[in-house]
Parts: sequence; structure tokens; C-alpha cells
Amino acid sequence: MGRKLLLEKAHVEGIRTYEVYRREGGYASVEKALKTMSPDQVTEEVKKSGLRGRGGAGFPAGMKWSFLAKPEGVPRYLVCNADESEPGTFKDRYLMEFIPHLLIEGLIVASYALGSNRTYIYIRGEYAWIVDILETAIAEANANGWLGKNIFGSGFDLQIYVQRGAGAYICGEETALIESLEGKRGNPRIKPPFPAVKGVWDCPTVVNNVETLAAVVPIINLGGEEYAKIGVGKSTGTKLISACGNINKPGVYEIDMTISVEEFIYSDEYCGGIPNGKRLKACIPGGSSVPILPANLLFKTAKGDTRIMNYESLSDGGFATGTMMGSGGFIVLDEDQCVVRHTLTLARFYRHESCGQCSPCREGTGWMEKILKNIETGKGKMSDIDLLWDIQRKIEGNTICPLGDAAAWPVAAALRHFRDEFEWHVLNPVESQQRNFGLAHYADPRPVPATA
Amino acid sequence: MAFTADKLQKVQEIIARYPDGKQKSALIPVLHLAQEEHGGWLSSETMDYVASLLKIEPIEVYEVATFYSMYNLKPVGRYLFEVCQTGPCMLNGSDQIIDYIKEKLNIGVGETTADGLFTLKTVECLGACGYAPMMQLGKHYREHLTRDKVDQIIAECRAKASSMN
Repeated sequence: MGRKLLLEKAHVEGIRTYEVYRREGGYASVEKALKTMSPDQVTEEVKKSGLRGRGGAGFPAGMKWSFLAKPEGVPRYLVCNADESEPGTFKDRYLMEFIPHLLIEGLIVASYALGSNRTYIYIRGEYAWIVDILETAIAEANANGWLGKNIFGSGFDLQIYVQRGAGAYICGEETALIESLEGKRGNPRIKPPFPAVKGVWDCPTVVNNVETLAAVVPIINLGGEEYAKIGVGKSTGTKLISACGNINKPGVYEIDMTISVEEFIYSDEYCGGIPNGKRLKACIPGGSSVPILPANLLFKTAKGDTRIMNYESLSDGGFATGTMMGSGGFIVLDEDQCVVRHTLTLARFYRHESCGQCSPCREGTGWMEKILKNIETGKGKMSDIDLLWDIQRKIEGNTICPLGDAAAWPVAAALRHFRDEFEWHVLNPVESQQRNFGLAHYADPRPVPATA
Repeated sequence: MAFTADKLQKVQEIIARYPDGKQKSALIPVLHLAQEEHGGWLSSETMDYVASLLKIEPIEVYEVATFYSMYNLKPVGRYLFEVCQTGPCMLNGSDQIIDYIKEKLNIGVGETTADGLFTLKTVECLGACGYAPMMQLGKHYREHLTRDKVDQIIAECRAKASSMN
């Protein structure tokens, strides 16, 4: 049983209410920070903790905070990125829905460290009912003196507001989120200037993911050094993984980044294996944009080491034989799933979500969807496979924001590891409409269970 | 189109969340409010009204309303079924659920039933991947959809509609 820092209390009855949350030790980190620490000391603890951004990029959070410009007389803002939209990812929703005060507590401490007096939670528009949950938690925090003017005599003022988006994956990109918060289309900005210098309303701004900000609570309670002892190497602390696809127990799990991928899929404590005794075909471990891996590369790296659920191990081998931790959106495909069809749904997603600003992404995502649709429906040509490869190469790295890369990578990885399945679709246009390709040579390396 | 006094009060509360002069930031929340008040969609009159409330140009409202997928620019049925079709939902049978809804309501994607009760829309990942297949209905998610559940939801909506008429 791994150590839990975020969801340990998530199942306590009534934890959504202030009364129960406080009784269970909630808001202790705010007391500690505001009464005994300076803002810089708080940032220092977050740096020492080694906490990496939990939204997907994995950038060290303390370092991001230390980049924040602090010109005299200019307000600074903290914005919480709750625009969770990466397919396969639903961890922030879980955290906000079941233990909302943990996020509010983390936001107060982080706002104090950064000097933000108005902090916004930008939440995806579809999570409409969670807006009510968060606003109730904020009202309770206000009523109990954790928000408002001169909080506990510290001289620090803070108000937190919830801003609802309206359906746009791109607003999870921090500069698009800032544009949206300003009441505009979610078109990403060219960087530099970075938000740390010029963010919302041209003021210095830090944008952090929900889980990142919630993790500030245990970091302050334990101390950065203690927090850094959990996990391994540069993967410190715990990580929320939202597991879905073809598994027995989909849901949100908190792991300490020392367990193997195989254990995560097959242990009853986590995913509980694959339904109906089916075998594993492939997995996308970090949200739809990270490379899909066939089962044989998932459990062991190319060097033969056991693959562990952490930043370093998942990316071992680079894109050739590895993948990424990403947002922790863990998608499992069983032996009966079609990689071409699955990749098509992702290509359609990115075409739908491209903001249209950069032509490689705007045009390229549409072309990829059309070509994949032809291959999937038995109308593809062999040359389409090379064309797909060529298009994704021309998108990657050629756009203002990472959506282009996010759209290119799933197509690239599917072609890299499952090319024979694409070719089979082209060569067997009739049969491919009647059955799936199956497992082939990248078969599940686990022993086949004996059948009676 | 005009908001009632309590909705105008709500608009003022939203504007107060931002620094002075930054009332344009209220645009997305106020458009949600306007859509709720105006039968689930945004007409150009509604958008012009929102522009006047926030003291911005109508074009600033149009460009936002056309960018975000949650704003409907055409009338929709009283019950809008927004069914997710992205990867993880597809792995759990969302295509079959969409086909079943089409058959059951006798409409295609993007269409509304003749009685004006139901509109079917397909959407991309709503963050319910572990509870797939799913749809959004109003403010809430309906998850772990099966044919039986779809039947129940449709019956529930019909019952609600007839009790309101």
C-alpha cells in the first residue's frame, strides 16, 4: 500500500464540508505558512520538495514560482489550471469533487508565497456542478477567516474566484487559458514574454495545475525535504493516476511512483487486470498525447529493466521505445481493440480542438483525421501511411503551442509500433471491416493462463 | 432579450471578481448565463445584449461565442444529449451508444426531434474516461451508459417535459 498524501482523507464521510475537513487536520499548512514562514520560505520548501508540475509538462514547480517577476506596485496573480481536458485524464475532477478544501488550502498557501491577492480557478465549462462545490468551499473558507482581508493578522489579503470555461481543450495551455480568462478566444500567445513576466492583464502570473497546488499542502506540513524522500530520483511525492479503458477497476489512484506498470495494471489494489480474461494489447500511460506503447515495451524498457510508474522510467528509451508520465491519464487497450480506430478518435479530437492559429496544426490535424478515416474504413492506400508520417513530422515543433506536438505524437507512436496493423487495414479492406487485427508479434509478454 | 433584476445583479457580482476596467473577463460566464436564460442557445440579439452589458463591441462577443464548443449558435431541443466519442469512451462502446440514441430518437447527430424535445450532439473528451460511455445532460454527467440507461434517461426527460406542459 503506497503512501497517500492527497487522497488519504478523500473517503472520510463529509470531508467535502469545512467542518469535517478542519477536524481532520485541514488548513494546518495555512496556519504554518502564514504564522511562521515568509513567502520566500514557502517557495524554498516547494523547491526543496522537487515537486514537478502535475498537469503534464512536469516542470519543477518551485522553479516556476521563483521566475515570477515582482515589480513594485504591480499586482501578481496565481491562476489554478482546472481545465482538465486531456483524453484519459479525470484526476483533478476527482480531487475537486471529493476534497475541494484541499485545493482551496493549497491555493491560499501558494497565493501567499507568490503575493497573489486575487486568485482564480479556471475550470473547464463542462464541470459545471464542480463550480458549485468549489464556490461552497470558498464561501466556507471565507466564513471561517481563511480568506479575506488581513488573514489571521498576517497582513495578507486574498480572495479566490472560480472562472468557468466553455469547452476548449486548448485553454489548458497556460497562455490560452490567460486569454480566455481575459474574455477572449483561447489562442495561445507567443512566448516570450512568459506569463511569469506578462500574464493575465499583462501582470506577472503563475499558472499551476490543480494537483500541483494541492500538493503544496503536504509539502508545507511535512517540509520539502521529507516530501522529497517519497518517490524516487526526480519523481518525488505522490502522483494521481486516472485509469481507464479496458480495465476492471477504472478510477483515480494515488501512487508513490515506485510501483511497476505491470503491478499497476494487474494488482487488485489498482486497475485489477483486464476484463473477461483478455490480454493486454497497448497502453497510453500519460494522457492521449503521449506515445502509445505495445505491451512488450510497457512492462520492460528496451534495456530489459522493469518499467516503473514515474517520470524517468516511463520516458526511458525516448520516443523510440518509451513514452511519458504526462498528465497521468492511463488508457489501457485490450487485445480486441483496433489501434487504427483509436488513433482516429484521437486525431479527430485534436482536429476539433486546434485553435486554428498555426497552419501546420490547423491543416495538418484535419489531414491526419481524413487519412486515418480512409484507412480505418478500408479506403486507404499504402502511400497514405507514409503521408501520415510526413504530416505529423511537419506539425511537430512548428506551432506556437504544444497542441501541435500533442496531435502529432499519438499518430507517430501508433505508426512506429503498430505499422503492420495499418498495413493490414490497407491490404485487407474487406476483412478489416469485419474483425480487428488482434495482438500480432507485440503480444502481451505475460504467460498465457492455462485454460481447461 | 433582457436579464431580470436578479440576473443583472449576478452579472454585477461576476464583474466584481476582476480588477476595475477588466469587465470583459466576465464575457464567458455571462454568455453561459445568457444561454441558460435564452432557451439554451445564443442568438445574435442575445450576443448584442451581452456586448452592451459589458460595454464591449458585438464582434468581441461573436468571436468568443463561435470559438467555444459549449455555446450553441442555433436553437437546440429542451434536452441536449452531448455524448462523448473520444478514445477512452470509444474503447467502452460509445459508438454503439450513439447509434442506439440515433435509432431510438430517429435523428442524426446535430439534429433535433420534431417535438423539439431532444437534440443529439457528439462531443470530445469531457473528463469522465473512467466512467465511460457517458453524456452530459444539462449541468450533470450521465455515466456508465447502457441501452437500458439511455431508455431510462429518455423516459425521464419525457416525463419531466409533460409535467411542465
